Amino acid sequence: MSDDAMVARIKPARRETTSWERLKANRNWLGFWFMVPAMAFLILFLAYPLILGVWLSFTDARIGRPGVFVGIENYEWLAGDTNFWLVVFNTLFYTLVASVVKFAVGLYLALLLNERMPFKAMIRAVVLIPFIVPTVLSAIAFWWIYDSQFSIVSWSLRNLGLIEGNINFLGDTWNARWSVIFANVWRGIPFIAITLLAGLQTVSPSLYEAATIDGANSWQRFRYITYPLLTPIIAVVMTFSVLFTFTDFQLIWVLTRGGPVNATHLMATLSYQRAILGGNLGEGAAISTAMIPFLFAAIMISWFGLQRRKWQQGEDN
Amino acid sequence: MASVNIRDVRKAYGATHVIHGVDIDIEDGEFVILVGPSGCGKSTLLRMIAGLENITDGEISIGDRVVNDVPPKERDIAMVFQNYALYPHMTVADNMAFSMKLRNAPKDEIDARVNKAAGILGLGPLLDRYPRQLSGGQRQRVAMGRAIVRDPQVFLFDEPLSNLDAKLRVQMRTEIKELHQRLKTTTVYVTHDQIEAMTMADKIVVMHDGIVEQMGAPLELYDRPANLFVAGFIGSPAMNFVKGKIKAGAKPCFETEDGTIMPLNTAPEGSDGRPAVYGIRPEHFRLTEDGIPAEVVVVEPTGSETQVVARIGGHEYVCVFRERVTAGPGETIRIAPDPDLVHVFDAEGGKRLSR
Repeated sequence: MSDDAMVARIKPARRETTSWERLKANRNWLGFWFMVPAMAFLILFLAYPLILGVWLSFTDARIGRPGVFVGIENYEWLAGDTNFWLVVFNTLFYTLVASVVKFAVGLYLALLLNERMPFKAMIRAVVLIPFIVPTVLSAIAFWWIYDSQFSIVSWSLRNLGLIEGNINFLGDTWNARWSVIFANVWRGIPFIAITLLAGLQTVSPSLYEAATIDGANSWQRFRYITYPLLTPIIAVVMTFSVLFTFTDFQLIWVLTRGGPVNATHLMATLSYQRAILGGNLGEGAAISTAMIPFLFAAIMISWFGLQRRKWQQGEDN
Repeated sequence: MASVNIRDVRKAYGATHVIHGVDIDIEDGEFVILVGPSGCGKSTLLRMIAGLENITDGEISIGDRVVNDVPPKERDIAMVFQNYALYPHMTVADNMAFSMKLRNAPKDEIDARVNKAAGILGLGPLLDRYPRQLSGGQRQRVAMGRAIVRDPQVFLFDEPLSNLDAKLRVQMRTEIKELHQRLKTTTVYVTHDQIEAMTMADKIVVMHDGIVEQMGAPLELYDRPANLFVAGFIGSPAMNFVKGKIKAGAKPCFETEDGTIMPLNTAPEGSDGRPAVYGIRPEHFRLTEDGIPAEVVVVEPTGSETQVVARIGGHEYVCVFRERVTAGPGETIRIAPDPDLVHVFDAEGGKRLSR
């Protein structure tokens, strides 16, 4: 076909294209509409409640009465509230201890499950059990385990002759703290173990072989190969773990409702108690909003932790 | 540097036997290549030398020391892996220094050795880079640098070039050979590529299904393959095989199954009428006026030579000529195998019959 004939055939077709047709063929336009449902969902159920919560914390709203703007009065009130500071301490202690233990045990389990062993698939499934049981159900189970009269732990220890009377798991301040932490650890380990296991499986076995030939013993292989290669996943999984633990509600509410004497009250439970049960929406919202800086700090730590590792940017080895 | 001796080594995974008694002697400073199709046990054998796999039976010694129960790090070997196995979170310098750091070598010594190895391989400007910032060939070189820094008794290479593109492979082939000529360290090299084996090795060990088929200098294997497997494996394009029987007598020849008479210089004694396989390499055909008429099927000119698939009787032969062939498909050319360079193998068992 000659060039003239080509032009003659193409030109009229070009004139017929309307702007609407061009829009239809535009991938960005189409992409936008595919994005809209997700965006609407996020705005409606995430951004709006968050902003509303922050706004409420600056008002004196109560249930049944829309409040007026009171500035930082709620925060001033909280700053002078010793109960609030106790709860902040509880939350930090709970998060710190539970996260450290979950990380240590989770990593240990992941390393164990990564080894060759019989019934590996079954053991991996078993490890997941705490994760798939609904939180409230496992909390109720722990409630019985920690019961002051019928506790199976007390019963066992008593029958073994190790203790005289029952342990008051949830009645004593520090006992209660350790008990709820244990329950949280039990529930949180599978998430960490399975995620780290997935990370471990991406490490090429030949790296371990190369390290073995280079003269590394098993501790050195962990220290110089496994751990550094796992850090990106550790950072992500621990960020999530810290966020989940810091905002924990269900477990505490079922087990102790914050007692005894507020010893296990976390910021989430205190916020619920004051806002919904107590009716002080403004004050409750202020407690919730006070969690934001802590969570933000946790995210920042992992973000900057991730940024430093320039070896892993771009395509993988 | 050291010799490596492999004595009747066997390997079994449970009931599955993968290596059935292998004996290989590798002299001090020798470059030995284990070659064979995938699954022949060559990599397993290399990993047994390295200590990454247990030895089911037999004995491997490095130098004069039996290493069956010696852990890898005490065998004084260095290994280059197929995927390089560079530590992605360490710079090139750290990758090369890792083994010495583990031994708590003094920092001056580490630096000196790393710099020396980097100099040998031209890695100087790359020392601060991470593996992901390197090209395939550079990674390959770092992997070799890591081996050189250790100054081991034996280098082990496990298919080190198979992840590279064809051009780079040829270049690295030369570099590895040069490196060996310079360092003179005993080297065991595994590959499935017979061209790599032919071009680099002092000695080739052809393996197949867990046994050694033949061992020898590259040209020895090319000129006198011990059996059908080696004959078919070494050389590219592969040797032509045709079944038939030997006709001894005053003027011995070979009669193929379809009745074509192929020239033969000498017939082995008492082999008259014996069923056999006639083998002729593509490059050992000549174009000649008094040759056997053959119908051209495909002509593939490569520039330096011409590859022709020609049909004689019912059988197709691959021939390579230095001359340019102008005949097209369907036309007839006259070709003749060089009778000095033909091979005859036993039809049963495939053992070599010609001298």
